[in-house]
Amino acid sequence: MSAAVATRAEVCVVACAEAWRGAGEILASPMGGVVPTVGARLAKLTFAPELLLTDGEAMLAADVPALGARPRVIEGWLPYRRHLALAAGGKRHVMMGASQLDRHGNQNISCVGDWHRPARQLIGVRGAPANTVNHPTSYWIPRHSPRVLVERVDMVSGVGYDRAAAAGPSATRFHRIPRVVTDLAVLDFETPGHTMRVRSLHPGVTAEEVRAATGFPLDVPPDAPRTRTPTAAELRLIREVIDPAARREREVPA
Amino acid sequence: MTADKTMTADEAVGRLESGMTIGIGGWGSRRKPMALVRALLRSDLTDLTVVSYGGPDVGLLAAAGRIRKLVASFATLDSIPLEPHFRAARQRGELELMELDEAMFMWGLTAAAHRLPFLPVRAGLGSDVMRVNPTLRTVTSPYADGEELVAVPALTLDAALVHLNRADAHGNAQYLGPDPYFDDLFCEAAREAYVSCERIVDSEEFATAGGPQTLLVQRHCVTGVVEAPGGAHFTSCAPDYGRDEAFQAAYARAAADPAAWREFARRFLSGDEEDYRAAVAECVREAS
Repeated sequence: MSAAVATRAEVCVVACAEAWRGAGEILASPMGGVVPTVGARLAKLTFAPELLLTDGEAMLAADVPALGARPRVIEGWLPYRRHLALAAGGKRHVMMGASQLDRHGNQNISCVGDWHRPARQLIGVRGAPANTVNHPTSYWIPRHSPRVLVERVDMVSGVGYDRAAAAGPSATRFHRIPRVVTDLAVLDFETPGHTMRVRSLHPGVTAEEVRAATGFPLDVPPDAPRTRTPTAAELRLIREVIDPAARREREVPA
Repeated sequence: MTADKTMTADEAVGRLESGMTIGIGGWGSRRKPMALVRALLRSDLTDLTVVSYGGPDVGLLAAAGRIRKLVASFATLDSIPLEPHFRAARQRGELELMELDEAMFMWGLTAAAHRLPFLPVRAGLGSDVMRVNPTLRTVTSPYADGEELVAVPALTLDAALVHLNRADAHGNAQYLGPDPYFDDLFCEAAREAYVSCERIVDSEEFATAGGPQTLLVQRHCVTGVVEAPGGAHFTSCAPDYGRDEAFQAAYARAAADPAAWREFARRFLSGDEEDYRAAVAECVREAS
C-alpha cells in the first residue's frame, strides 16, 4: 500500500504522534479523541518506544494493544491521585481537546457564554489549569472551524501564552504549548509574540481554507510546508495493529 | 471491643443537617455512594454545599434542588461526557459553583485532612479559575525562589459519603478495584464519614480479598457503616460490577425531558433502596 493514499485522518494521526517525538520517558496522555490516542500508540510503536501509556484507567500498559483491546502486560499503577502528582512533576505531555481555543493558546472546556449562567455548560475545567502550567500541553481539534478557533474564549481552562505571562514567572516556568493539530493543519506558537501560526498544511489544504476556518487573523507563512504523510510502515501499524476498526475515519471523515 | 457502627442508609442521612458541606467520594460515574445519595433524596435535607469529583450524584441532587453550592472540577457520566442535570441546572443559573482544577480540589481536601488553612499549588495560575473564584488568593514562597503560587483553601467537610467494596462493622473499609479515587481523603477531611459497602465482613476476611494496601479507610475517621449491595449502581464498583451503561443511558435520556424525568423519578426514586433494586431488576427484564 502506497503512502500517497493515506486518508486525512491518517495524516492527523501522524501529526499527533509527532508531538511526542523525542519526549523521552514521560507519560503521553492523549485525552482529546481517537486520533491522538492512535497517534500516541503509533509513536510508541515507532520512534518513541520509551513513552509511558495508560490503559485509559489506572494502569500503565507495557504493550500497545489495538483500540478497545486490553493490554497483555501491566507495567505500572497510575490511579488518579498518582496521575495528578505525575502531572505536577512534569513528566507528561498531554494532548487535550478544546471547545474553544484562541490565538494565544487559551483553551476552554468549561462553558460557553457567561460563566455565571452559561448558554452551554460543558464538562468543566477538569485538569486543564494544572496541566498547562506544569508540563507540555498540545491540542487536537477534529473540526477546524471559527466556532472552535475563536478570538476570545469564554472561560480560560487551559492557560495560553499571554495569560501565563501576565500571571508571572511561576505560571510561565513550565508552560509550553508545542502544537495544535486540526483536521486542516498543524499549528504552533513559534512567533515572536507567541501567537498561533500555521506550522504545516495538510496535503490538499490551501492557506485560504485554513484562514476562512479560523475565527481570528491567522499567520500562514508563505513557505508553510506540507504536513508529512505516513510511511508505509506507519500506515500498516495504524490500519492493521492500532485501529483495525478504522474509528479514526469517523472522527475525521474523508 | 470497638463499637458496632452499622446503621441503615436512612439512619446515616438522618444524622446530617440542611446547610451542611457534604463531600461525596468516587469519581465521575465510578464508585459513587449512590445508595446514600438516594437516601439523601428521600430525606428533606437541602441547602447543601456538595464537594465532589462530580457524576450522577451531583446530577440527582441538583435535579432535586438540594444543592445550594457545588465545589467541583467537572460533572460527567464518563461514557456520556456531559452530566445532563448538572448542565441544565447551570444553564438555568440555579447552581452556585466553585469551579476548581482537579489538583486544586485534591490539595484543598488534603489541607483539610492535615488541618492546614491552605496548601500552595501551581495549578490555577493564569486561568479563569482565579477570575470566577474571587476569594482565591496567592501566596509568595518565603524562600529564595520567591515563587507566587495559588493558596488553595482547605475544603473542610461536615460529612463525607463514600462507597467501598467491603467494610467491617467498626468502619474499616477495603477497595478491591484498580483506583482508590480519593475516598480516604474525603473521610479524613470530614468531621464525620459514612461508608457504605457492598458487603459487611468480619475484619479477618479482609486479608483473603486483598493485600494490606487495599485497606483504604480506617475506623478512626468513620461514624457509620452501611451495608448496601449494589450501592454504587448505576455507577461502576469494580470488581463487584461494572457501570450499568444501559441504565445510565436511560437516566441521561430521561434527564433531557421534564416529563420523562418525572416518570423516571416516580419509577426509580419514589421508594426505598429495596424498591429501587426491584425497579431496576424489572427494567432489566423488560429490556431482555
